[in-house]
Amino acid sequence: MALIDLANPTRFLALTQRVLTPLAIATALAFVCGLYLAAVAPDDYQQGATVKIMFIHVPNAWLSMAVWGVMSIASIGTLVWRHPLADVAAKAAAPLGAAFTFLALVTGSLWGRPMWGTYWVWDARLTSVLVLFLMYLGVIALWRTVEDPARAGRAAAVLTLVGAINLPIIKFSVDWWNTLHQPASVVRIGGPTIASSILTPLLVMALAFLLLFVTLHLAAMRNEILRRRVRAMYLMQAHAAQSA
Amino acid sequence: MDLGPHATFIIAAYVIAALVVVALIAWVLADHDAQRRLLGELEARGVTRRSKDGA
Repeated sequence: MALIDLANPTRFLALTQRVLTPLAIATALAFVCGLYLAAVAPDDYQQGATVKIMFIHVPNAWLSMAVWGVMSIASIGTLVWRHPLADVAAKAAAPLGAAFTFLALVTGSLWGRPMWGTYWVWDARLTSVLVLFLMYLGVIALWRTVEDPARAGRAAAVLTLVGAINLPIIKFSVDWWNTLHQPASVVRIGGPTIASSILTPLLVMALAFLLLFVTLHLAAMRNEILRRRVRAMYLMQAHAAQSA
Repeated sequence: MDLGPHATFIIAAYVIAALVVVALIAWVLADHDAQRRLLGELEARGVTRRSKDGA
């Protein structure tokens, strides 16, 4: 099956039927491994056991940006190539990205209270991630506001691409401004600065959350295709009743 | 497993994460069931898709 064949919604549905169960099993196994490694990970010499919050916070922070990146690529597919599944992919990803961003913010606050003495500061990193969360909510609201999926898709695509400017702002905020949030410890020139006993559970949990996103994204895309079929059939029924 | 003096925050983080993940899974599954049910009802009424007829 060529990649272009996946542009056909029926073929895409057949693909999801085949891959969703194995993906779900892989996701569950990754979480079991990740949670075990997180449980047995040693305490950090400064953070103590609260380093275990990082095994949830960091993967969700990474995914919050990665999902907006996925939506941005899908938006280009909508606006430039008019790919039939591009806006389906973008619409399906938005609630997932919002959930990951919410988890990044909440777990970050729960880490910040014992470590910084505060749940929240208006520094560049935290503020830009909050803006990302609000942008997710805005895109979801836009999808719900416009009745016609094609028109909604184009409007959401433009908003998504404009919002993508926030991604480098989030990434480099800790370098450009004087922030309480620490600089990058993993994705940085010169390699990670974290000990492997902490880095390994972090990466396994990141893989688990990534698999979760892939699984739920495919399932949500499947649901969106079915929803559009239902809409088309309702319109056909209404048209037939009008013609009768 | 000793979670230290800040155990409440650690447990809260994992509980909230679990709730959000479960909610996401439940939402996707419920949405799938709803769309399948609507499709079934429409097909039972004799409404078919043009592409299905042509396939």
